[in-house]
Amino acid sequence: MPKDSGIGASSKRREDVRFLTGTGNYTDDINLNGQAYVHFLRSDVAHGRLNKVDTSVAAEMPGVVRIFTGADFEGVGGLPCGWQVTDKHGNPMQEPAHPVLAQGKVRHVGDPIAAVVAETAAQARNAAEAIELDIEELPAVIDMKEAVKEGATKVHDDLESNLCYDWGFVEENKAAVDEAFEKAAHVTTLELVNQRLVANPMEPRVAVGDYNRATGDSTLYTTSQNPHVIRLLMGAFVLGIPEHKLRVVAPDVGGGFGSKIFHYAEEAFCTFAAKALARPVKWTSSRSEAFISDAHGRDHVTKIELALDADNNFTALRTDTYANMGAYLSTFAPSVPTWLHGTLMAGNYKTPLIYVNVKAVFTNTVAVDAYRGAGRPEATFQLERVIDKAARELGVDPVALRRQNFITEFPYATPVAVEYDTGDYNATMDKLLEMVDRDGFEARAAESAKSGKLRGFGVNTYIEACGIAPSALVGQLGARAGLYESATVRVNATGGLVVMTGSHSHGQGHETAFPQVVADMIGISEDMVEVVHGDTANTPMGMGTYGSRSLAVGGSAIVRATEKIINKAKKIAAHLMEASEGDIELKDGQFTVAGTDKSVAWGDVTLAAYVPHNYPLEEIEPGLEETAFYDPANFTYPAGAYACEVEVDPDTGKVTICSFAAADDFGNVVNPMIVEGQVHGGLAQGIGQALLEGAVYDDNGQLLSASYMDYAMPRADDLPSFQVDHSCATPCTHNPLGVKGCGEAGAIGSPPAVVNAVVDALQRGGHNVTHIDMPLSPGRVWQAMNG
Amino acid sequence: MYEFEFKRPGTIADAVAALGAEEAQLLGGGQTLLPTMKQRLAAPAVLVSLGGIAEMQGVCTDDAGRICVGGGTTHAAVSAATAESYPALSHLAGHIGDPAVRNRGTIGGSLANNDPAACYPAAVLASGANVVTNTREIAADDFFEGMFTTALNDGEIITEVKFPVPAAASYQKFLQPASRFALTGVFVAKFAGAVRVAVTGASEDGVFRWSEAEAALSGNFSPEAVDGLSVSADGMIADLHGSAAYRANLVKVLTKRAVAAC
Repeated sequence: MPKDSGIGASSKRREDVRFLTGTGNYTDDINLNGQAYVHFLRSDVAHGRLNKVDTSVAAEMPGVVRIFTGADFEGVGGLPCGWQVTDKHGNPMQEPAHPVLAQGKVRHVGDPIAAVVAETAAQARNAAEAIELDIEELPAVIDMKEAVKEGATKVHDDLESNLCYDWGFVEENKAAVDEAFEKAAHVTTLELVNQRLVANPMEPRVAVGDYNRATGDSTLYTTSQNPHVIRLLMGAFVLGIPEHKLRVVAPDVGGGFGSKIFHYAEEAFCTFAAKALARPVKWTSSRSEAFISDAHGRDHVTKIELALDADNNFTALRTDTYANMGAYLSTFAPSVPTWLHGTLMAGNYKTPLIYVNVKAVFTNTVAVDAYRGAGRPEATFQLERVIDKAARELGVDPVALRRQNFITEFPYATPVAVEYDTGDYNATMDKLLEMVDRDGFEARAAESAKSGKLRGFGVNTYIEACGIAPSALVGQLGARAGLYESATVRVNATGGLVVMTGSHSHGQGHETAFPQVVADMIGISEDMVEVVHGDTANTPMGMGTYGSRSLAVGGSAIVRATEKIINKAKKIAAHLMEASEGDIELKDGQFTVAGTDKSVAWGDVTLAAYVPHNYPLEEIEPGLEETAFYDPANFTYPAGAYACEVEVDPDTGKVTICSFAAADDFGNVVNPMIVEGQVHGGLAQGIGQALLEGAVYDDNGQLLSASYMDYAMPRADDLPSFQVDHSCATPCTHNPLGVKGCGEAGAIGSPPAVVNAVVDALQRGGHNVTHIDMPLSPGRVWQAMNG
Repeated sequence: MYEFEFKRPGTIADAVAALGAEEAQLLGGGQTLLPTMKQRLAAPAVLVSLGGIAEMQGVCTDDAGRICVGGGTTHAAVSAATAESYPALSHLAGHIGDPAVRNRGTIGGSLANNDPAACYPAAVLASGANVVTNTREIAADDFFEGMFTTALNDGEIITEVKFPVPAAASYQKFLQPASRFALTGVFVAKFAGAVRVAVTGASEDGVFRWSEAEAALSGNFSPEAVDGLSVSADGMIADLHGSAAYRANLVKVLTKRAVAAC
């Protein structure tokens, strides 16, 4: 019987009432008295020397309050990078300055040059058009392999080259890996592109800066996945505002997918300008602006090689990747192609030797950073594609080849520095094959052939490292932050609870799922628990939401804080019932004394905590409020097996997804409905990458896919009805809930299944096509079939 | 969007008069012009809406049996009105853009704009329709002059479009994945004694008639009739979504499908 409340129940998302009825409170809904509006004048060339920014005419335009340029930020810090990668020679990465407004040069289309603050948004925009620019255009650096050649034009004149770092992992293993390749019975090689994507959350970015002259306090309202991180980065590194004088609020946020993790120039500008002008300053991104100012995702060019012995065992893996950083280092950009990518190259397989090389490159493009999955989709895609290619070359079943090489014993230390605590990859594969009726494929293929279509079946597995992350470990890896999470649980006198969490919900359903955990632990109704998040003024220092971490890390902090609450409540109950604390039991919201019929209700205890007339004051303080910080012992390792069946129209190259199945192991599940929704969304984004999406620059650094006219987002009718399952659960061994995280799985696991299926269809149709780069648009598929 | 003056005349004559103003621009359904203005890529001083002109609204049939569509009629209205009388035209109109576009966008606006990937030009050219303006009647073959270019003079208003109704017709549109405009669209219209094939979305010169296919189909109206023909990739559009060769391939594929669907 499915549960109807608590952990394991598909409680309806309480936040959806306001989201679906248009009564949410998003950053753009926040309008302050005396608010002015900013319009950013952005570079329309990819690379140029900024000889002159003349604002004299524009400053006289109607409504203009003040125009800021790079010169106004000369004494101000630049946007910081939160992760330092050390290269294969032991040297730190090259880290360029990132001014709030361009200084000296513009480095990508969209680079902000000037900011006009005016009484209205239209006046700000009008005046921006009157700013006179003298930009000496320089050659645009776009192609990564060209960018790192000797003598290439430099994006940053003061750096040695366009190479941010050349990372080798594990460098000490390189010789052994090379030797294994020399001894291999078979080597499969694949060159591929994991294309650049634009995150495109439904809500574009918005920032409102405010300054209180009486107190000297600054407030920033912003579309962020992690307000405390923004407070720390902006306060400490950019504007020099101590945290107690700076409040950051991220209210309802309409999706982020990673792109709202980072600290952006517009946030710093609005906070800075509000203080300079002593009035609120607001910026609302247009969708066009989002395309050229939100951090992009992916953009890897990779060569991967897989070595196998005569029995088809994987003996070594070697990869060589160019990772685009864009023009500046976005907040966590350096970590994505390294520690979030190289550490996952073992996948679900016991390949004993792995070497990963990543060259991170500066180009005259928008900065690239984490996007749903962040490094792990890139790892999964190349690994699962090369395994599929190997199976074809060897003439063996791709499922059997995978099974043969699965890791089956846990814990398992990979050769790429992580230890999987638990998993069962055969179980998810078994479940997957049961879901997709693989035996019936030939009959379905014959049916497709009758209408001239080519049918194909693709399968893959995936693993991800989520629940980010053990602070001590990531500190060793270059993170300039800890990655714990926090929670304060405040119990009110009448028994209701407020959970103040450092996690941030921008669609994930925390307001529903977190109360399920707390209510379950105490044995009360979920309705008695409320979640507060997104405001540094009323939540403990937290690291926010990304990397499928909120339940695994934030939920664990809530469990720890609730345990403290229960322990104290038991002391109070023991006092009320004149019993020993050790005999107190809590069940269904009732405290009882073991072996007796004595009981007091949850509400009696909470009331006593705040009205301590009969209370053990000599032992414990009044009140019932506890805080916990949880730092995970390890990453969590969600894993699964995905399958896709496609039909390809050979006349047009159009791919239709007939079915898509996902068998995931997320460990324990708090709310199955929310988990399924997360998987559905992830699959839509992963299939979107596989078939539709792609950000493309021309040689001059102009973004060709800069609007929805050319950037193809997945729509409902591009997708099948998904089959999802999460019944093969191996609970996480090191967090109190046994949960692993589910937010990114769909986006990580689905692209290779789609591409594997299309290649299968084409090969069955007699076409010698071994790979097509994403997106598998009709034009590309047709071109591949027709030379 | 820059500031502009908005006029909404009630008659064609008043619209013509209003268009005499400096930097005046006609507004049909605004599905192209308004986004362009919002992006500040167009900045008319005066916007003359045709939405209030009753005589440009609606669909009727004339004595010659032609379907006459008022220039200000929305795609949704055309689709609803021609479901029985000209199903291929109804289907085309009912699949332009999304519901918002179809309930605002007008046939006159689409034809005057002549976007190379628009659907309506294919229907007008394949049907051999006449485009009626406030001053004259222009045959479809003379109307389309290339991408975003038509025979219309400045200030000339499309008041009506007269469609001869073929014995059989079909429009096959292959969607551009992002915009869902026609990556290529082919309209085949079979009349007694002649077949007309019009192609949109493919050519750098905008909508065109594929005369080799018309000749072949006039003799043998079957998909196989175009098997032996080839379409040159020269002059075809090449962009992110498809090469010139791909579009040339689609012309043939969609023509065959349209014939099969007739």
